[in-house]
Amino acid sequence: MATATVSPRYQVLPGPEGLLPPSACAMGVELPQDGEGLVEGVIVSEDKAFKAAARAMLTRRNPTLFPGPLVVWGWNKHTEEKASVVLEIAAEIPSVKIIPMPDYRPIYPKIDPEAVINPCHPNLTIWHNKIEACIFVGLHCHFANVTLKMVRAGTNCYTIALCAEAGHEDAMASVPRCGTEKLHKMVEALRQVKKEGLTPWALTADGKRELAAERAQKKKQREAIAAAAPQFAHELVAGLDENEE
Amino acid sequence: MAEGLDTEVKTNPQGDVITATEAPKAKEKENKAAKQRVVTPEYLFFEAPRTKTFITGSEAAKEAIRRANVDIAISYPITPQSETMQQVGYLYAEGYLKDYYRGEEEYGVMSAIAGASRAGVRALTATAGPGLMRGMEVITSWPGGRMPLLLLVMCRVINAPLAIQPDNVELSYLLNSGVIVFHAENQQDFYDFPLKAYMISEKCEVTLPVAVAVDGFFVTHARGWVELPPEDIKLPPRECYHEAVPMMDNENPPARLSRDAPIQKSNFISYQMHASWQQEIWAAQDRARPWIKKYMGGLVEVVNPGAETMIVASGSAVSQSREAVRQAGERGDTIGLVKIRSLRPFPTQELIEACRHAKRIIVPEFNCIGWMAKEVRSALFGQTKAEIIPGPRVFGGMSMPTELILEYLYKTPNEARMTTKPLTV
Repeated sequence: MATATVSPRYQVLPGPEGLLPPSACAMGVELPQDGEGLVEGVIVSEDKAFKAAARAMLTRRNPTLFPGPLVVWGWNKHTEEKASVVLEIAAEIPSVKIIPMPDYRPIYPKIDPEAVINPCHPNLTIWHNKIEACIFVGLHCHFANVTLKMVRAGTNCYTIALCAEAGHEDAMASVPRCGTEKLHKMVEALRQVKKEGLTPWALTADGKRELAAERAQKKKQREAIAAAAPQFAHELVAGLDENEE
Repeated sequence: MAEGLDTEVKTNPQGDVITATEAPKAKEKENKAAKQRVVTPEYLFFEAPRTKTFITGSEAAKEAIRRANVDIAISYPITPQSETMQQVGYLYAEGYLKDYYRGEEEYGVMSAIAGASRAGVRALTATAGPGLMRGMEVITSWPGGRMPLLLLVMCRVINAPLAIQPDNVELSYLLNSGVIVFHAENQQDFYDFPLKAYMISEKCEVTLPVAVAVDGFFVTHARGWVELPPEDIKLPPRECYHEAVPMMDNENPPARLSRDAPIQKSNFISYQMHASWQQEIWAAQDRARPWIKKYMGGLVEVVNPGAETMIVASGSAVSQSREAVRQAGERGDTIGLVKIRSLRPFPTQELIEACRHAKRIIVPEFNCIGWMAKEVRSALFGQTKAEIIPGPRVFGGMSMPTELILEYLYKTPNEARMTTKPLTV
């Protein structure tokens, strides 16, 4: 009996992969077609990809949504509709964080990793918040790809890219051509996985303990800032009113 | 007076009509352009009926641009490119393009066309030899800026002493710029490739500039048979809001999404981001492969697959090789030929497959340094036991007689002059 030889394939897994891993595309990972998805570098059905994404977002620590400019800004009615579905996704993930990438400009002298993620150093936001699963949605593909490679290089975050265009090889899970209809499928996948009996991380004993500790630490930080800089405490804690005349 | 001009027809010494003096029927021509209807790329490329015409490479490019739904063309004259862009100027006069002008020089042209691409319109430029070298600093910034556009390169000598003759050494400088590079063999390719280049260039997952190169004079100024679809159809317009980066849009908020900051201020971005960015350019090149297969029939064309002797070539060297293959066939010998359509991305896997059975591979080229031979050796390293012979090569404007290729096919060049005997004088 002849033995079929299988060529080794490149696995796209949560890192850290090292200083400068190759792009998944350069390692032979191909983009999925409409109706398909990518999971860890393998083309699968769209449903399987959504399910893998839902499982990651519900089981890993500190799940986070990273909405990009194409859903953060009200470009048009379609954008608004899409943004509302993104919020529906968020509503299905207990204690999910939403940290936007409002644009792609470098933010200096330093970013606030609790407020934004920036493609110059997305790893800072992921490290700071101990994020182990995230969804990128509404980013322009170039910046999504640049970001995904850096996240895979330096963090242990499971990345999911819900892309309106062709999808992303460097995400652990990706679905292409994600309009509002397909984003609804992500909502359904999250509901389905929970219905099957999976307890979301935030509702597990570990999750509750970690989130409580985080809340306490942030409260302490805010109080420390207020005490150390009384003159500016209001602005630092509450932020500037950008609409003030 | 004006009526008198209408009837005046001037010709050049070859008897061709000098179309610049045909002008005042502008209204009628504009209507013709306005009446063009948009069709799918698949219809334009594969389904539309075609008529055979005998035209120059420059005219073939003109016919491609007529059907390409181009918004703007900017260039600076340089031989042998000038004639093509002059032809494109006629298209502008006829209403097929929205804007067309001559830049200050190539550095300015390549910068201006970058601006056009960033603004979201379908853009065309062209240059040749020293013009390409002058524009190269800007050209190498296009891929990083993710700028879909078309650059036509009509190859000529770049080295001193100054010459305008055919030689494609300039392509070796373009190969590592991140620009996708196709090499047209003949007039038909120089019609087909630009249209397909636009469609590939503008795919979201690609979003890169494409250069379509051709060997100057041999193709640009010589006539050949070209099959053309009707004039009244054109490609769909560029969909700039479905590409990998945001357009530079100063009309719609948030204008702050300009791409300038991360690209131009390298001291403000992380080294790792720049590294990841460069990887992304080459990944985008790889993502062009399926589209090149779909629209161009593959990155290579293989004639006589499985032959023990293979010729690997691109551009005009393919035409000469086809004839050498035919002549060898008359002698009863089957010689294979791999025509490389896409220099970037390079068809490494296709070449390995095509040369799997080869015992001898020759690489004819129109340049002194043998960049194609280096590419072939690099791609086939460890993959073949075949003898790879880097040649024949001609350059500085020389043509490549098929006899020269046949000579390489049947013997190792210069072998008769090699000896181990000491000199006796």
